[in-house]
Parts: sequence; structure tokens; C-alpha cells
Amino acid sequence: MVETIDRTAADQPRAQQVAPAAAAPHLTVAGISKRFGGFSALEDVSLSVETGRLVCFLGPSGCGKTTLLRVIAGLEVQDQGRITIAGRDVTKLPPAQRDFGIVFQSYALFPNLTVAQNVGYGLVNQRRARAEVKTRVGDMLALVGLSEHAQKFPVQLSGGQQQRVALARALATSPSLLLLDEPLSALDARVRVHLRDEIKALQRRLQVTTVMVTHDQEEALAVADQIVVMNRGRVEQIGSPTEVYGRPATAFVANFVGEMNLLEAIVVAPDEVKVGALRLACQGLQQRAPGTAVRLGLRPEEVRIRAVAPGAANAIAVSVAKFDFLGAFWRATLRPVAEPSLALIADFSVNAMRDLDIRRDQTLTVALPPELLRVFEGDRRMPA
Amino acid sequence: MTVVAALPSAPRRRLGDELLMRAAVAVLVVLLVTFIALPLATLLAKSFQDASGRFVAVANYGRYFATPALVQSLWNSLAVALLATGIVVPLAFVYAYGLTRTLMPAKTLFVALALLPLFAPSLLPAISLIYIFGNQGFLKSLLFGASIYGPLGIVMAQVFYCFPHALMILITAFSLADGRLYEAAAAMGTGRWRVFWTVTLPGVRYGLISALFVVFTLVITDFGIAKVIGGQFNVLATDAYKQVVGQQNFEMGAVVGFILLLPAMVAFGLDRGVQRRQVALLSARAVPFEPARNPVQDWGMAAYSLVTGGLIAAVLAVAVWGSFVTYWPYNLSLTLNNYDFENFEPNAAGPYFVSITMAALAATAGTAIIFTGAYLIEKGRGSRLLRASAQLLAMLPMAVPGLVLGLSYVFFFNAPWNPLGVLYGSIALLAINSIAHFYTTAHVTASTALKQIDGEFEAVSASLKVPFYKTFARVTVPICMPAILDVAVYLFVNALTTVSAVIFLYGASSKPAAISIVHMDEAGATAAAAAMATLIVITALTVKLLQLLAGRTLFAKLQVWRKR
Repeated sequence: MVETIDRTAADQPRAQQVAPAAAAPHLTVAGISKRFGGFSALEDVSLSVETGRLVCFLGPSGCGKTTLLRVIAGLEVQDQGRITIAGRDVTKLPPAQRDFGIVFQSYALFPNLTVAQNVGYGLVNQRRARAEVKTRVGDMLALVGLSEHAQKFPVQLSGGQQQRVALARALATSPSLLLLDEPLSALDARVRVHLRDEIKALQRRLQVTTVMVTHDQEEALAVADQIVVMNRGRVEQIGSPTEVYGRPATAFVANFVGEMNLLEAIVVAPDEVKVGALRLACQGLQQRAPGTAVRLGLRPEEVRIRAVAPGAANAIAVSVAKFDFLGAFWRATLRPVAEPSLALIADFSVNAMRDLDIRRDQTLTVALPPELLRVFEGDRRMPA
Repeated sequence: MTVVAALPSAPRRRLGDELLMRAAVAVLVVLLVTFIALPLATLLAKSFQDASGRFVAVANYGRYFATPALVQSLWNSLAVALLATGIVVPLAFVYAYGLTRTLMPAKTLFVALALLPLFAPSLLPAISLIYIFGNQGFLKSLLFGASIYGPLGIVMAQVFYCFPHALMILITAFSLADGRLYEAAAAMGTGRWRVFWTVTLPGVRYGLISALFVVFTLVITDFGIAKVIGGQFNVLATDAYKQVVGQQNFEMGAVVGFILLLPAMVAFGLDRGVQRRQVALLSARAVPFEPARNPVQDWGMAAYSLVTGGLIAAVLAVAVWGSFVTYWPYNLSLTLNNYDFENFEPNAAGPYFVSITMAALAATAGTAIIFTGAYLIEKGRGSRLLRASAQLLAMLPMAVPGLVLGLSYVFFFNAPWNPLGVLYGSIALLAINSIAHFYTTAHVTASTALKQIDGEFEAVSASLKVPFYKTFARVTVPICMPAILDVAVYLFVNALTTVSAVIFLYGASSKPAAISIVHMDEAGATAAAAAMATLIVITALTVKLLQLLAGRTLFAKLQVWRKR
């Protein structure tokens, strides 16, 4: 089955102005499997990307995201499955006959050619008039803001500038598909944030369908129209950034995208679960039978500390085991008094810390809001 | 948006880029099989056949071990090789230590002195020793009646010849030191000797083992030295020559060749295993060792290097001097008569010209084939099996002594059934033989350079629809130019100086200079032999100096992109 990535306007209101009214997907990947010896790198991966969208493949290292990108490019040959780009079946075509531009983590700039020669590399080969190539190279360099560096060699540029040259080179031949393989991971944190915004702006401006591989969830949340979360060669979830963060489909996604407390629990009533010695109200059980093992997910910032009335839903007494100062907020490790084997992570604002005068080993009352507790399939190995 | 309005799409390249690469890999494998694998297979087959080509199993080997004279040669070879190894490796060890672990002065000079023998045929130190300790030698009395013609001369000459080979391996091993280990040892207040035994020696042990085996193999398979200074002392290499050239006993020659192959194979196998571990010793976080100033050690090492390096230079210089002497040792006035080869060689200018032609051929064609081959193996796509076999075949010549390869070429290219027999006795075959003989080192140099460049260039050019050969010519070759030059000069110098591989292969009109040296020495014209050897040394050194000069001037301009 091919899962179509579509973006609901509510998720990305700002995208509405530029979103093309494209119906047919530009890139379709259907049932791709790839094994390296005994290791299964990709297992039956299917997805499609609409024209003009930016999709991120997100996952831990070894999850198969780069392999999938290389299969799309034709640099790896899949064992099974089909790929179409712009309605053309490219499954059996070598890379040169697929229509894409690519930027690698290492940029792979030709060190002995100038910036301008690098950008014009693919154009010269198309036997275009010299003047035409020159104009195009000039346009591309202006686009990435490197016009004054045209005659320099790559080694004379900073990492961020090299990355932009690679981007200009990949886009110079006007490919219909842009592939980015961890394009930002070799850069400093500050440059990374700046460049990812530039990539996003450029992509919106050119409306080129783009696939970007990254292991950085923050990066994916910031730039992607759609995120494909991958784990162990499989697709865990496909959705908009807000969907993936707010409504993770699996415990893996919940844990990988942002921080998440995961509590092993057992259903005891239609809207009640037991976590160790604690009984918690929970709204998302969807008629699971009592005795079913589930996992509850709650983000650290969702643990409520202010205005918890005694007797409020899921109000529990906890002792503060540890504090870590993370700059903008404090991250506390809390142990429920009734179930000290549990460790709950909670983020408290600096204001809350000051107002409530929270200290180590102090006992507090916090609430785990029943409507925010996400429910995932439980670990079957857990004793009921 | 107007800035990047899409260009009309160019006509798509349908021509088989991939097909071309596959064909190139196939051609490479065919070449390697024809000029490396098949000749060796012929040698092996020959050793199991009788004169009429019938299969006789191990009968030839039985006959070999039943002949006392031949078995004696085997023992002689082993003894000489062990002795020379035992002398040269410790000497080179100390020399390499001084160059890498102290702040002694004039390191460049000492490296240059020690590497001098690489630019001479192995016979040169032997000729020098004859001038010094031979029947007419000016230091003959120092031997107290012992004769230089025999094991003594062989071992001494081998020490000079093998020194740079051992030194290069040990310098590499010493350079791969982690400075942190020394800082940790110093922080714990460890004594100098304890540091040497617990940090330094374990760090270089693999290089040391490698050097031992390389030297052992060099000595046991070298032909030139034993021929010139061995006298009546027979070794395996001279036996092979006598069996094949003297007695036309090809089967027994093949047996000796196979026996010579064994130690080389063992050394090669061990060296491969050892190198893998040597690299693993140095973690990515290692910090290079920076020697500290220590006047006693620095000047002590300088003195040692001056003596050792000076001796090497002096021994070579004696042969050069001898080549200009009118009549050693009675008339020491200088003359150029010995360079007038007409008096000694029927075809006067021939050998030198043959050698230059053959070396130039080997350097140009060899570099082109080896670099392109390494590129196809390293960066090629598809034909995985073919590329793996090409890699295996490229590594094979390292395990094959020149003499054995030469024998194999005789059996293969001289066989009546072989259409390639037309090559036999030609300069072309000598060049091919040299390329095959020195293939591995050149291949490894090329592969190392290729491994260092970005692995995605081919992917990028494919995405830009630029065929791989254009990127090869426009990017890969320019980037690798220093390594390509290294390979070319390496092939040129070695083709010029090699004796053992070509001794079986030359024809009437294709006798190289190195062989001419052997013949003139055999005929008693030692001075002329020294003159020819000097000519080779000067040519080889000139080419090397030209390379260094070109690297400093011309190529420095072409490689501006390397500088920040």
C-alpha cells in the first residue's frame, strides 16, 4: 500500500501561500526492500511525495534513511520495489538517467575547480552556449549569496559556504527532485540553524520537490512539510511536524521526536490504568480490555505543577530526586511517593521554580493530565 | 523566481556509461590474467612436468632434493638471508629511530644518503666491494686472508642494498606513534628504558616484523649480487639461472623458482596481516609524537647516522670512482675510457638506450594502466566480482620475486603454443615484465591517493549527467597528480635498475644496461661494468631530482587549489 503524504492546511498555515495545487505525487517509492548480507536495511518501504514539498527522512543512524535516499538516486540497487519520478518508472535506470540533484554530507565539491566551475559542471556537459552557462552560474551563485566568491577554490570557503556551493551545483541543471543527505551535520550549531532556514526558503522559492535525510529531529521539525520517521529499515510514521510531535504513532516516534516519559501500564477499567501502585485516569484507551498492557506517553513539559487542586485528576505526590539546569528551564526527575521505582521527567520554567520555591528532596503534588496521556501498544514481554 | 527559470532540458545521455565502465574493468582483468596469473600458472605447471611436457607429479622436486649440490644452495641461501637480515634490520632500526624520535640535525640529508641504493642496480654495491676488498682491493688486508668472493661479499653487499628498504618500513612504523602514550608514561614518572620496552618497541613491533620478512625475501631472491660477488658460493637465484640459461633444464629451473616463491609468499601473507594490525594500533584520537630536545641523544644519533649513511654513500662512490680510473689499482689516473663501451660491448650504445626506452615505456604505459586500473577497482560501480578479482591480481606481484616472474615469462611467452610469443625478446616484453613486477607498490600508491578523495564524486557527476570518464580526466587525475608522478618515477627507476626479472627475457637487440653490467663484469671488465652502473645511477637520480624540482615549481603553480 502506498501511503500518500498530504499536508493539512491546519498544520502548516504559512505554507498555504505557496503550496502548488499538485495532485499527482512527484516521487513514489513502493515496497522497497534492501538487504546487505544478513542485515535488512530497508523492509517494504512505501511513500510518496507531492510536487514542490520538502520531506525529511528522520531516524537514528542505521535506520535506513540514507540507504533509502541512495536507492531513490539509483546509487544503491534495491532488492525489491519500484520507484517513479515525475510519473516515469526509474526503477531500473542508472543514476545518470534519473532526474535529480544531490548534496552530500561531505558536499563532494571538486577541489581543483573554482566555485563557478563547480556550479557550471553539469551545464558545460549539456553543450550549452558559453554565455548561457555563465549567466546561469551567475544566477545560481547570486541565489545562494556567493557571487563575490565565484573565482575561489572550495578550500578557501567556510563549511557553510561550501554547502551552499554544493546546493547551487545540484540545482543548476534544474532537476525536478533535490536530494539532501545530511546536508547540515558537518556544520557548527549556529551555522546549521541559519542554513536550514536558508534551505527552507530556497526550496519554497524554487518549489523543487526535496527529500532531506537527517538524524536531527529539531532540524526535521523546523524545515519539513512532512516527516517520515524511520526505524530499523521500516517507516514508523509519516506526518506533518505537528502531527509527529503531538500525536506520535508509536512509542519509538514518541521517544525519538522530543522527550517523552514512557510508563508501562495495565488497563484496569475503561478509562483507568495502573502504573505500579498508582492508579491513573486515562482517556485514550479506546476500549482496550482490562488486563491489556499499554504504554503511556507524556511530554516533560506536560507535567502540570501550577494550580494543582488537591483531589484533581491524576494528582500525585512526588519527591524531587534531581535537578538539571538546561538554560531556559529546569529538568526535574520526580519519584512518586507511592511508587518510588518510577522516574518521571518534568520540565519546569525558571519562573515556576522561583515562585514555588522547589528544592531537592521536597515533596510536591503534580498532575498528569488524563487528556494528554498518549496510549501506545504495551510491551508484550511485560507480565500482566 | 525569474532568476532560476528552468532551462530547457538537455538531450538525455543514453550512451552506455555503465557499459563502458564494465568493459574497462573486463579489459583490466584480461591484462592482469595474461601478464601475471597465466605466466605464474605456467611456471607451476612446468615444475610438475618432464621435458616433453608429460605430468610427472613431484618427480622434479624429488630429483631436486636428491641432488646434494642443489640442496646445498638452498642452505646457502637461507644462511646468507638470515645473516643479512640480522645485520641490516637492527642497523636500520637505530637509523629510523634517530630520524623520527630525536631532534638530530640534517635529517633530510641522512634520509637522502640512506635511500641512495634505491637508485642503483643491486650489483653496484657488489662491484664496489670488489674494488675495496677484491683481489686488487685497497683494503684487502682488513679481511685477514678471507675472500670477499663468497658469503662474506654477498652478505655485505646485501646489507647496503637492503638498508633503504628496511629503513622505509621502520620510519613509517616509528611515525605512527601516539604522543599521548609517552605523555602518560612521563606523567607516571617512567624511566627511559622502561618507556622504550613498554611503549616504543610494542608500537613498532609490526613494522619490525614486516621489515625482517621484506629483507629476508629481498636477499633470498636477489640475483645480481650473488652473480657478481658470489664466486663459487651457489645460492637459489644463481641455480635457477644456471639451470635455465646454462643447462636449458627448464623443469628444474621451475622447481627452483617455486622454492623461491615460498618465502616470498609467507613474507607477503604475514606482512598483510601485520599491516592491518599496525593501522589499528593508531586510534583516530592519537596525537603525533613530538620529540623533545636531548643533546646527548640528538648528537649521538647524528654521529651514528653520519657513519652509517656516510658508509653507504662511500661504498657507492667507490664504484663511481672506479669507473673513472684508468687501471685499478696500478694506474689511478682518471679517464673516460671505461665509458667507451665499444671496447666491451658489441653494440655500444645499445644497452643504455634499451634501458631508457624500456623504463620510459614502463613508466608511461604502466602508470596509465595502473592508475586507471586502481580507479576502476576503487571507484567503479557494478561488476563487483571482476573488480574483486582485479584487486587480488594487483596484489599478487608483491608476493612474486622478480626472478620467479622472469622465469614464468620465459615459460609462458617462449611456449610454442602461445601467440603472444612474438613479444619474446622484445623491449616491449621487458617493459611489460617490469610493470607486472612492480605493479603492487604502484597500485597501492594509486589506491591510497584515490581513497583519500571524496567517495561521492562519481555519484555527483552521475546526478549532473556527466559521464564518469570526464570527471576522471577533469577532477580525479588532476587531484591525484602527485601520486601519479610518484608511480611514474617509481616504475622508471625500478625498470632501469632491475636485474633479476629481465635476465631471462632480453634478446639480441634488447639487452638492457643492467644485464650488460653482469656480462661486462663476467668478462672481467669491472671498470666498464662500474661505468654502466654509474650511468644508471645518474639517470635514476636525475629523474628523481627532476620530479622533486617539478613538484616545487611547475606543479606548485598548478595545485594552488590545495592551499588555503
